[in-house]
Amino acid sequence: MNSIPIEYYLILSAFMFSIGVTGVLIRRNAIVVFMSIELMLNSANLTLVAFSSYLGNPIGQVFVFFVMTVAAAEAAVGLAIIIAIFRNKLTVNIDEINIFKW
Amino acid sequence: MNFELLLFIVFALVAAVSSLMMITRKNAVISAVFLVLNFFALAGLYLLLNAQFIAVVQIIVYAGAIMVLFLFVLMLLNTGKEEAILHGKKPIKYFAIFIAAVVFLQVAYLLVFGSGSFTSNPDIEASLSSGTVETIGREIYTKYIIPFEAAGFLLLAATIGALILAKKKFE
Amino acid sequence: MDIWGIVIESVVKILFVLTIMLLTVSYLVLAERKVSAWIQSRLGPNRVGWGGALQPFADVAKLLLKEDIVPKAADKTLHTLAPFLAIFIAFSTYAVIPFGPPITLFGREINLHLADVNIGVLYVLALTSLGVYAITFAGWSSGSKYSLLGGIRSSAQMISYEVSMGFSIGGVVMMASSLSPVDIIESQSGWMWNAIVQPIGFITFLVSAFAETNRLPFDLPEAEPELVGGYHTEYSSMKFASFFMAEYANMIIASGMIVMLYLGGWQVPYIEKLGLGSPFTQIIQTLSFFVKVGFLLFFFIWVRWSIPRFRYDQLMNLGWKVMFPLSLLNIVWVAVVIMLFN
Repeated sequence: MNSIPIEYYLILSAFMFSIGVTGVLIRRNAIVVFMSIELMLNSANLTLVAFSSYLGNPIGQVFVFFVMTVAAAEAAVGLAIIIAIFRNKLTVNIDEINIFKW
Repeated sequence: MNFELLLFIVFALVAAVSSLMMITRKNAVISAVFLVLNFFALAGLYLLLNAQFIAVVQIIVYAGAIMVLFLFVLMLLNTGKEEAILHGKKPIKYFAIFIAAVVFLQVAYLLVFGSGSFTSNPDIEASLSSGTVETIGREIYTKYIIPFEAAGFLLLAATIGALILAKKKFE
Repeated sequence: MDIWGIVIESVVKILFVLTIMLLTVSYLVLAERKVSAWIQSRLGPNRVGWGGALQPFADVAKLLLKEDIVPKAADKTLHTLAPFLAIFIAFSTYAVIPFGPPITLFGREINLHLADVNIGVLYVLALTSLGVYAITFAGWSSGSKYSLLGGIRSSAQMISYEVSMGFSIGGVVMMASSLSPVDIIESQSGWMWNAIVQPIGFITFLVSAFAETNRLPFDLPEAEPELVGGYHTEYSSMKFASFFMAEYANMIIASGMIVMLYLGGWQVPYIEKLGLGSPFTQIIQTLSFFVKVGFLLFFFIWVRWSIPRFRYDQLMNLGWKVMFPLSLLNIVWVAVVIMLFN
């Protein structure tokens, strides 16, 4: 692993993060927006693991473990909210879920 | 070209392409499939980085649990296809893509041409030992025991919250 | 240790395990039909070969010659991918399960498992958690209501039972204080089998294994009376056969896992007291592994033809309100045992 500069991992991570941001901004399906957020979390995880491994320090990986816990909790609650909204409005299109505007 | 660089390129390409495919597919289930592929590529990258515990947990938690939950909800709601991604050619969407691209180029520029303050000269032994189950377990159960308990409470709260939200019918 | 020796050893082992797996899968299907016939006082298949011994090959020939149908409403790529995924996951899980003690052959020590992964238990857990994808993809991509219902059921069922499965394995890992399959087997020497030390964990793992392999009484993803064929309603020919083989391969893996984690693997109690030479001991130990797996496979079939299918809410209640608390109780029990006896 001497052969791969850490910048490669960081650039890949930045690319995935940008893709995630784009997904959140352009997609209208609430579940896909959620998946884009997961993608962003994962790109951050990649950065943490890369630094942790190159510095030989496990703290970065411990942090990734906590990120995964939070992601799991977030997915469960978020999907429950989406199901609740779907029951009421029969759609998951976030352009049509605009009841708070009034 | 050495073997590790080859592996990195393969995994990185899969990760990049699958993330692009994920946000461009009209069908949400296909998007989810590409996200799963992306998580696998990431697990491969974690293995390259000697983070074996995180790699396995990535597959068990992300691919094995979270994404199955997403697929379950997608199939349960069966929302069908979204209309074209850039529907109506709203300028705001192009602006969004532009902003994201600028952010990426900025970061990439800094990494490539910025001052090389980080010397990538890893200590192989330390790197290998930092990724094992033993090391991470010891860290979590000694130094980070309070965050760990807090994470447990968070999961409990999330479970109860999800149950109440999904069960109750809003009037 | 030359590199070619390692390569040849690995290739021979992979071929050996694959052959054994394929043969066992095909004869397991025959065994299932024979045992079910015996339980229901019928004769079962007895026309092809001697008493039906060639029936599996006739079945394979029949399935190969059938037309391969892809429904019009199906998502072609995923529809084709799903059966391959099922069989790939089922077969790659077997790589880390040791089926015998290390033996010496042609002057070199050979471990009787394909790969010694120091986190082997996590590897198996990761792969079994992926098995649900094959079924979910198959159910969704078929474009049929019955298949979709099967896919939804299976994703919920697999997630639910994976929790208690993981916690049951937790107890075993605590006893062995290692995640390596070899260490886990060696920690169960003598009568210290985990099935005896932690019976609650054994039962929860057994029940979860039935649920994870979609066998009766938990075969709701394919429940014939309600869902026609569940997730494989729209499959035919070799793709259907792939799902069929994957189901039986998963049964073998589940049995191998139970033997490895709870029934002492290849350990035979007090065999060293018999004073046999080292090759005989090793042969008996390896055979004992296969005997244990064989008995568990019979148990799987036996249960299938004895117990009726659960209703879906009963299945979820059992998973979350009975099996999950019991597996937590097992963790506490193991902790107490370790505290008292160490």
